[in-house]
Amino acid sequence: MDAKTPMFPSAYDLKAPAGAEGWEELYPYYLKFQPSLREKEDQKFWFCDSQHWPNPFKPFDTMTVEFAVKCLGQYNTRHYLVPPANGVDYRIHNGYVYMSPIGVDPELIGDRVPQFMERAGHYFQNWPTLLENWHKKVKANIDEMEAIEFEKLPDVVPLEWVKDGVGLDNTTALTENYDRMIQLIYRTWQYHFEFLNLGYAAYLDFFGFMKEQFPTIPDQAIAKMVQGHDSDLFRPDDELKKLARLAVELGVADALKSGSVDEALAVVGAQANGAKWVAAWEEAKDPWFNYTTGNGFYSTDKYWNENLDIPLGYLRDYIVRVQAGETIERPMDALRSERDRITSEYQEMMTPEAAEAFQGKLGLARVVYPYVEDHNFYIEHWSMGVFWKKMRSLSKMLHEEGFWPTEDGMFYLNRNEVRDVIFDYGNAWATGGDWAGPTHWPQEIDRRRGIIDALATQAPQPALNNPPEVITEPFTIMLWGITSDSIKNWTGGDDDNSDLNGMAASPGVVEGLARVIRSPDQLSEIQQGEILVAPVTAPSWAPVFGKIQATVTDIGGMMSHAAIVCREYGLPAVTGTGTASSKIKTGDRIRVDGNTGKVTILS
Amino acid sequence: MSAFTLPFSRIGTADHARVGGKCASLGEMTQAGVAVPTGFAVTTDAYLAMLEGTGLRGEIEAQLEHTDFSDVTSLERSAQAIQIRFRSHNLPAEVDAAIRTDYAAMGNDLPVAVRSSATAEDLPDASFAGQQDTYLWVVGADAVIAHVRECWASLFTARAMNYREDHKLGQIDVLMSVAVQKMVNAQTAGVAMTIDPLNGDRTRIVIDASYGLGELVVSGIVTPDNFTVEKILMEIIDRKISDKHVELIPDVAAATTVEREVDAERRTAQCLTDAQVIAVAKLAKLLERQNKCPQDVEWAFDADLPDGEDLVALQSRPETVWAQKVAETPKAGFATGMMGMVGALNNPIGSKK
Repeated sequence: MDAKTPMFPSAYDLKAPAGAEGWEELYPYYLKFQPSLREKEDQKFWFCDSQHWPNPFKPFDTMTVEFAVKCLGQYNTRHYLVPPANGVDYRIHNGYVYMSPIGVDPELIGDRVPQFMERAGHYFQNWPTLLENWHKKVKANIDEMEAIEFEKLPDVVPLEWVKDGVGLDNTTALTENYDRMIQLIYRTWQYHFEFLNLGYAAYLDFFGFMKEQFPTIPDQAIAKMVQGHDSDLFRPDDELKKLARLAVELGVADALKSGSVDEALAVVGAQANGAKWVAAWEEAKDPWFNYTTGNGFYSTDKYWNENLDIPLGYLRDYIVRVQAGETIERPMDALRSERDRITSEYQEMMTPEAAEAFQGKLGLARVVYPYVEDHNFYIEHWSMGVFWKKMRSLSKMLHEEGFWPTEDGMFYLNRNEVRDVIFDYGNAWATGGDWAGPTHWPQEIDRRRGIIDALATQAPQPALNNPPEVITEPFTIMLWGITSDSIKNWTGGDDDNSDLNGMAASPGVVEGLARVIRSPDQLSEIQQGEILVAPVTAPSWAPVFGKIQATVTDIGGMMSHAAIVCREYGLPAVTGTGTASSKIKTGDRIRVDGNTGKVTILS
Repeated sequence: MSAFTLPFSRIGTADHARVGGKCASLGEMTQAGVAVPTGFAVTTDAYLAMLEGTGLRGEIEAQLEHTDFSDVTSLERSAQAIQIRFRSHNLPAEVDAAIRTDYAAMGNDLPVAVRSSATAEDLPDASFAGQQDTYLWVVGADAVIAHVRECWASLFTARAMNYREDHKLGQIDVLMSVAVQKMVNAQTAGVAMTIDPLNGDRTRIVIDASYGLGELVVSGIVTPDNFTVEKILMEIIDRKISDKHVELIPDVAAATTVEREVDAERRTAQCLTDAQVIAVAKLAKLLERQNKCPQDVEWAFDADLPDGEDLVALQSRPETVWAQKVAETPKAGFATGMMGMVGALNNPIGSKK
């Protein structure tokens, strides 16, 4: 790399693919690389966050990146004053999001330390009580969202309202409910980061301490010392396993094996013990089926409770395995005793003084770490599941009122345009005229759909411009697994090489046949004993982890979902390879070394 | 049971002085349940009986009186003369009988290794105090007895004598025990260190392995396969597969060992399976735990033993180089509590070059 040729291209030189012209209008002005700022923007290093947002945004869905990244930033910058790190700046370009962490002027870092110590210190000291309160706040938002319904406007205002002298019409609730939904999910995203940044900070401290004590200690060994708690993130999968066992015990397993969900449930319900099983199934649904096969960031995400065929499919696999005498439960006791063994064996190698510091840091890391996993169920799965369900019902209602020809039309509008549509709808309802949307939106949505489909034909760049000499921003390292070394992998290296290098995320070495999966819809293609290769995985793919031997991803660090799930399930994993899902083809024989982070294509 | 021999299974702590370091270690391993090829120690009592009961001591003393340690030729001549004196005497009858009894108890004409087991182990490089002689694939009681005597005689090589002179050790005060141990029919063998010898990293187990007996690995005649195992996770984190051109294998007919070229296909193949690498690492880790300090372990996979029970330890001794260096390294202080966190945020580990 010489000074004049940057390692990665400039956004300003990256043209949109054919058919995507005009994509800029789909996204807010503040998220675009503005032509007048080229010089300034090209000075910064931007990396693509395809870990969370692998597909081009529909206009409505940009809300997820906006709320998430804004709220991440506020805690670093304004709540806790994390000494070296402000938030993360972000832009959408050609449909994908690029991030650039904002550091703190070195001269100001010192002044932030006392404030950080007081503010963050308060959270660390009161973690359990504050977290209990967090659960209440998040649940209250979920309940409020659940209670909101989007109904068509009636022909007339109800007679009682007239007689009660309400003095308002049905558009009032419609408008307010929409605004309230956006506010609630905005609040929820703030809660998401209330604890997360601190959880990472404590983990990073523990991590750094261990690396100083044992410079060659594998990252995964450090991660294993804090894991082994009963994570709510894996509870949905655990519920299916319990249901599978119960079905076998009650003798209703075979009845569940065929037919649609309704058919299978009807057959089971008619059996002697069937009602008991159906009751258990119903009980598990709330809240554990508020669980997506995606990651919660897209309006297209499928949630179990709205697509019961998905959990039933997993359940059927589990039943077959239970009937074959397999143990399908996660080896929690083994995980915990392994965690304790690892912890004590490293501690034995420390001086007494170091061992004391170790205990302090490990203790805090173990207190805060469960949040890093658990929050994902409560926010991305449960809260976002309810949010999307309500938004889809609104889109469907407006579709039925003629605003767009398909049920999902609304997601091609941004969240402010939806407000306009609701006003248009109520306005014409009030005047007795025709709403304008049905003559405006269908062709506009068609145009936008064409643009987004065209954007999706082109993969994002891994990064833009030149990386800094050393990546120092702590959250970039922890959250995205971006280090000076991982950036080197992105540039591709030698194309002929049959080796791929990534992060050694979960230990073990296996060989097997690769199965490349690009979307959760393909999960059912996975055969027993294959190695899952994907651009990125979501924790909700857990049910297939019982079938696979190992995981390889393009993106992600040691705290990425694939890494966490693989460690929990005791499978080798290599993450952040950059290009595995395009270099490896389904059916290739590959060797995955989760100890060294190397993936070899054997044939 | 005579005082002249002691089976490994019966060597107690009190016996360590009279069986030497190697036999003491084999005894400890045997009793701790580590798989060790069976055998017995010929104790220092037997050596003393040889010196006293045959007139050998007087002969050696007489020879030493005429030795000029500053003159290489004189020293070499004395060494030769003393070794010839050893060979000219039969072992005292009781010693001879004790060795025959214990050898017979191991099996009918069982091939054995006969190794010296020095007693001057308190010096870091004490191995020179008594020349460490090893005779492999010895068969038959007469041959065993002859090689025990050879081990004793090896105390009087010019090099060993010179070393004792330099370190002011009495020439006849250093006693020797000898280990007689079932010969391993080694498919593969090598060395495992429970510390990285390159940098003193205690989280690593470093294994050298090659085909046949381990002597060629120890002596550096072959470049072995080299594996690094993370000690706590027990995972292979690095491997270097080498061209292992030659192996030391038994020549049964000649009752000896012979170096043989390794065929092309095997020489560049990984000589241990991954499971075997982990088995060796677990063995080394167990020995480190038992001895409470980093160990240097010689091991082998014995083709005569069933799968899963075929890994044996041949020797385990403390690693001394890094044990001393690490103790000298001052430990940097570390920030705890919130200050620790501030430090970690300001200087995250991934940012260090």
